[in-house]
Amino acid sequence: MITFDRVRVTYPGATRPTLSDVSFDLPEGDLCLVVGSTGSGKSTLLGAVNGLVPHFTGGTLAGRVLVDARDTAHHRPRDLADVVGYVGQDPLRGFVTDTVEDEIAYGMEQLGIDPVAMRKRVEETLDLMGIADLRRRPLVDLSGGQQQRVAIAAVLAAQPRVLVLDEPTSALDPTAAQDVLSAIATLVHEVGLTVLLAEHRLERVMQAADSMLWLPGDGSVVHGSPRAVLAGATITPPLAALARAAGWDEVPLSVREARRRALAEDLRPTPPPRVPVAAGPSALTASDVEVRFGEIVAVSGVSLELAERSVTALLGRNGAGKSSLLWALQGALSCGGDIAIGGRDPRRLGAAQARRLVALVPQTATDLLYLPTVAAECDQADAESDAEPGTTAGLLRTLGVDVPGDRDPRDLSEGQRLALVLAIQLAARPPVLLLDEPTRGLDYNAKAELRHIVDRLAGTGVAVLISTHDVEFAAAVSRRTLLMADGEIIADGDTLGLLTSSPAYAPQMAKVFAPIPVLTPDDVARGLR
Amino acid sequence: MSGTTNPLLLALIATAVVATVLLRRSDAPWARSVKAYLVLSVFVIGMRVFFQMLLGAGTGETVLFTLPQIPLPDWAAGIQLGGAVTAEGLVNTLYDALRLAVMLVCVGAANALANPRQALRSVPAALYEASVAVVIALSVAPQLIESAQRVRKARRLRGDQARGLRALGAIVMPVLADAIERSMSLAAGMESRGFARTRGLPVRGTLPLMLAGSLVATCGVFLLLSTDHRLLSVLLLLGGVAAVLLGLRRAEATLRVTRHRPHPWGSRDTLIALSGVFAALIVFSAGGDWGIGWLMASDVLHPSTDPLVWPELTPLMLVVVALVLAPLPLTRVRPPQATTSLRNDTRVRSLRPRPEREPELVAR
Repeated sequence: MITFDRVRVTYPGATRPTLSDVSFDLPEGDLCLVVGSTGSGKSTLLGAVNGLVPHFTGGTLAGRVLVDARDTAHHRPRDLADVVGYVGQDPLRGFVTDTVEDEIAYGMEQLGIDPVAMRKRVEETLDLMGIADLRRRPLVDLSGGQQQRVAIAAVLAAQPRVLVLDEPTSALDPTAAQDVLSAIATLVHEVGLTVLLAEHRLERVMQAADSMLWLPGDGSVVHGSPRAVLAGATITPPLAALARAAGWDEVPLSVREARRRALAEDLRPTPPPRVPVAAGPSALTASDVEVRFGEIVAVSGVSLELAERSVTALLGRNGAGKSSLLWALQGALSCGGDIAIGGRDPRRLGAAQARRLVALVPQTATDLLYLPTVAAECDQADAESDAEPGTTAGLLRTLGVDVPGDRDPRDLSEGQRLALVLAIQLAARPPVLLLDEPTRGLDYNAKAELRHIVDRLAGTGVAVLISTHDVEFAAAVSRRTLLMADGEIIADGDTLGLLTSSPAYAPQMAKVFAPIPVLTPDDVARGLR
Repeated sequence: MSGTTNPLLLALIATAVVATVLLRRSDAPWARSVKAYLVLSVFVIGMRVFFQMLLGAGTGETVLFTLPQIPLPDWAAGIQLGGAVTAEGLVNTLYDALRLAVMLVCVGAANALANPRQALRSVPAALYEASVAVVIALSVAPQLIESAQRVRKARRLRGDQARGLRALGAIVMPVLADAIERSMSLAAGMESRGFARTRGLPVRGTLPLMLAGSLVATCGVFLLLSTDHRLLSVLLLLGGVAAVLLGLRRAEATLRVTRHRPHPWGSRDTLIALSGVFAALIVFSAGGDWGIGWLMASDVLHPSTDPLVWPELTPLMLVVVALVLAPLPLTRVRPPQATTSLRNDTRVRSLRPRPEREPELVAR
């Protein structure tokens, strides 16, 4: 269905090709996962399938890409619209119209499909994706998961044979992501579509995949069965790390498979000791924090205390009030209740003073960057924090990012940019650090890197509060976990106890070895020794 | 001179228009603009009256009060600052300003009631690309505001309190970068969904035909409004419009884009449109030499201000007002739609209040 024949893609100004000598053949009806760290060329590979690369992005493509026997050299993306459906990362940015029904019809209008047939197809597509009840809703009012399903429906309506999805779940919470991924699995099994899917968090899709394309980052591509590729790849989803720890030659693709094998081999890791939540001197005390937006109560009466040298994870579904709580604790959002950090209330201080008490790295961290170079950003941060010149640049290096100072922050990788914003915020030496969804868009290596950074920060005395959807990350990084729902904290306890007891929030290792309380492949490796 | 300066008629029309808007508008962002237009109208009236008092050399005899006169140098001869303020001059200005204000209210009403996207769907296919550009421009504005708000909030986190040009750079840079990224992904989305795929080569001569047609039509309108060559101007206008329509037809033939659920034009829509046309026709042709001028005398539409007389209200004017109100019984308010969770997204949008949706205007 999709054939790459010695494809090489070079962007203007690049020293080496992004893809070099890539050849593979994807049969019809396959669900193929595209994996690789950020910057390895995943988006380029996906864009090449419908001709966006190079027709839209620029650059040169040597070799041949054939989709349903059409050569992308002679077909522009618009000419392939009836064969390939392309869905990007942020659905909201790709929407052309403003309501669900219009958006679904848009592609068919462009293809000039007869209005009577179009009406019927819109209905079918609404049912197929289970969004019939949303048909008249404005797109901006939908949740992220709903938006992404509408985006998929919108390309499906043109009845393509191939569906290309570039990290469709990176902006979604686990439940919404599961919604989208199961919708995709249905399309593969029920409709027989060929699907090419890029995804950072393999643990949720790899059991459904027929094949895998791994981009090691040097321009080459490894194509094979998920087991074969995972055994050799440097990307390590939890189950692959488990296989390594247990010395298995084959990577189990699902929790069920791993659990059966562990039971068969009678694998019983000794659980890590349960450490009570540290009761050190408290860095932040908040009581009865309440945030309202008009009628809506986003945070209702939350009281919490963060100890020095502690890392706390804040879990909860989208809209539970996590972000509002973090912004309120920083003092940037007006709220009721008391907040005290070192006896002072950040809300009563100016912005420059408040960030010396508590720093927040927001979800869209790049909003904080506005200067043309990394060095300029660092200097500006030094000036803002009255720090010695070079402080921020030094912090950036200790965070493990060493980039030339004349680089544009927007050209950095997702992980490097996060580190830069982190360094800027840390230049003020705040005793409390709040991170809002820091793992968004990070690959496994960058996440591990972030974990080490957070560990080191906590070691220097900082109290860290991280709101996240990523249960595996929360399990690895935190000792204490808060669970939020509907604006309230509904559970507060040590991560090990809390996550292993909750089926919805259990990380994969806990599911594999239940009832033995282990959280991460590291726990298992230590427990097996 | 067409139109009317009868203050009673103008006030009634303005009230009817505002009532229609308030009863039939939706809660969409564009529907809130009517208030701005009302404020603007009041401002226009106020400004006109203010300058009339300040500069208007007093015509008429009924002096209301006298402002101290400021002597001006010789080169400003002919301009008089201050002096006597007469009732005649004031009322004349008031009538004139009122007419402008009512026009502004009507424009605001059109703005408030029509969904710009919905309106653009009815644009002829030949202007399809242009209408798409407008639709996208319309959606960019709120996005820009949203990202500006987000960046402004984020800047507090950095504690950068710079003001003026520096602060502007700090906000504009990320917002612009965001806007460019957005438009790039929108363009990629449109491209991969087949935008402009069926656009063929335009038939030769279409563009000159349309240009010439619109030029001729413009001349016709100009002549109609400024001279007495009625026959010539109407002919020019009709000829120009015909040429433009022909051009649009020829251009349309090269584009094979279909429409999903085009809004069916029903008898109700015709009635609503006709009510507007009739209201305009009555006022426009009344007082003229032909048409139904005998129904309404010129001095009823344009009450004399020197000498001052109390304006008259004739039954025909009430018919005009009734026609303006006609859409009210012809349409109904759509019941509010059920909305589920309003704040269920990770975006910063969840951090700010979202209004509940309210009834929308639909033709039954």
